[in-house]
Amino acid sequence: MVAQTITEKILASHAGLSSVRPGQFITARVDRVMAHDITGPLALAQLEAHGIDRPFDPERIVLVPDHLVPSPTAQAAQAIHRLRAFARRHGVTFFEVGRGGIAHILLLEEGLVAPGELVVGADSHTCTLGAVGAFATGLGSTDTAAAMATGEVWLRVPATIRVRLEGSLPRFVMAKDIMLALLAQIGLDGAAYRALEFVGSTLAELDLDERATLCNMAVEAGAKNGIVPPDPRTLAYVEARVARPFTPVVSDPGADYLDEVVIRCSHLEPLVAEPHSPARGRPVSELAGLRVDQVFLGSCTNGKLTDLRVAAALLRGRRIPPHVRMVVTPATQSIYREALAEGLLEVFVQAGAVVTGASCGACPGLHTGVLGPGEVCLATTNRNFRGRMGSPEARIYLANPAVAAATALTGVLTDPRAVVGGEGLFV
Amino acid sequence: MPTLTGRAWKYGHNVNTDVLFPGKYTYTARGREEIARHALEDLDPRFVQEVQPGDVIVAGRNFGCGSSREQAATCLVYNGVSAVIAESFGRIFYRNAINNGLLAIPCPPAAQAIQPGETVTVDLEHHLIRCAAGEFPFPPLSDTLRGIVEAGGLVAYIRGKVRSNE
Repeated sequence: MVAQTITEKILASHAGLSSVRPGQFITARVDRVMAHDITGPLALAQLEAHGIDRPFDPERIVLVPDHLVPSPTAQAAQAIHRLRAFARRHGVTFFEVGRGGIAHILLLEEGLVAPGELVVGADSHTCTLGAVGAFATGLGSTDTAAAMATGEVWLRVPATIRVRLEGSLPRFVMAKDIMLALLAQIGLDGAAYRALEFVGSTLAELDLDERATLCNMAVEAGAKNGIVPPDPRTLAYVEARVARPFTPVVSDPGADYLDEVVIRCSHLEPLVAEPHSPARGRPVSELAGLRVDQVFLGSCTNGKLTDLRVAAALLRGRRIPPHVRMVVTPATQSIYREALAEGLLEVFVQAGAVVTGASCGACPGLHTGVLGPGEVCLATTNRNFRGRMGSPEARIYLANPAVAAATALTGVLTDPRAVVGGEGLFV
Repeated sequence: MPTLTGRAWKYGHNVNTDVLFPGKYTYTARGREEIARHALEDLDPRFVQEVQPGDVIVAGRNFGCGSSREQAATCLVYNGVSAVIAESFGRIFYRNAINNGLLAIPCPPAAQAIQPGETVTVDLEHHLIRCAAGEFPFPPLSDTLRGIVEAGGLVAYIRGKVRSNE
């Protein structure tokens, strides 16, 4: 048998082949197809236009309104209704507004992805699902329509870059900083058309929320997928959520890697990516003092429970000063509910932040925190391209939730190590 | 196999989907004209005013990186852009381009040599790009991609498959 990486093994098993090699074109069976309220209507329109009125398997399709929820306009409501109507007609899984959240995080929570599975979704951050050891990649609406119709997708097998994470993360340094450090090192196309496989001693201390952040931002380096090989922590997470049989897969000893990148996590500092590229990360200490108008805590990158806990630990008992505003958007309804039960939402509200319902919210510049001309925002999101959150004249800085909370407390970019608090969360 | 000729619009590296087609229009802009109107809005406002059918976009590395929004490709199609020649492409954009009949040609030497505003010819039969600096060969499409293009797009390509399963 040829020694293969986890990505190659999942692709081979879904293509009905004993092995695959990088560069090979394959047709792979999909275990799940996801679309949301921005990309889904276009996918359904494609099926309709070509007279395809039946999905291959309704149980493997999931439709999640998450970008514009609750609908701010009649047009947005119409888009969601299109998904809802299709779901009803075919018995497809649909998460009603108020019972869902950002699709990528929701699919993990709901056990709609398991180790060894292959998932495609009409959103670039579908790669987040690699956190449980699945192959997951983003597609456009037309590709997604084809996967919905046939249950298959054509893929070119990617070569794998192994990212070795070494050492213990210092206080206030998170998975977000690992990815900003990686991006600063390899650039926005440093993993173009490649798989990023995360390995190393640091993983043992990263929970599933943090692993999701690693895989989530793989696409920011151009990667086809990000993947964390399943370990006992993965299995404990998945077994509590998945009833169907699944087969965890790991890389074979001696598998071929195109390259290896080592990140010395114990040496990392909290980083901030300057406008207008996620690859422009610098230590927060070098940018401290820069005035911001808005802090946004949320998104598929950093709107998870772990992220809210970190921010709340710094904000507890404190007030956000008058010249800065903070918007907190939990990624899913279930995270919202947990944060409510733990008292985190009360901390945010008492501090003077706005807490919105679960959605993608301000990240893609759609609603609940869109930026005006000249505004500066510190966001826990994944992209700070020009115009991403609204006005092309706005400036977006990316950072982890601890930096976000520290910055909200001062109104200027602030190193969380300069703020007392957060005991018990970081050692 | 046709030959395409158009003027070059030249841009840099990492032209991302947020500047190609801002997210705020992804659900409001519906028809072809409305989608066309916002192309490259946050990168080059001159583009939609002056673009001519057949024009070619020339760019550096990682063209179309970022989001999966298909309008990043269709907004160029609806403006009559005949091809994008770049040093490399973001993978989702590349698939979206092929699926919507937009030629996306990775060809680093041509992408570097072509000057803004000059006339560029793409010879699809001989897989050559011609510009003032000379002729540059580019690799032909793989069989899978050629099949999609020849069928007239991905959904038409897979329709036969769906029907045969019924």
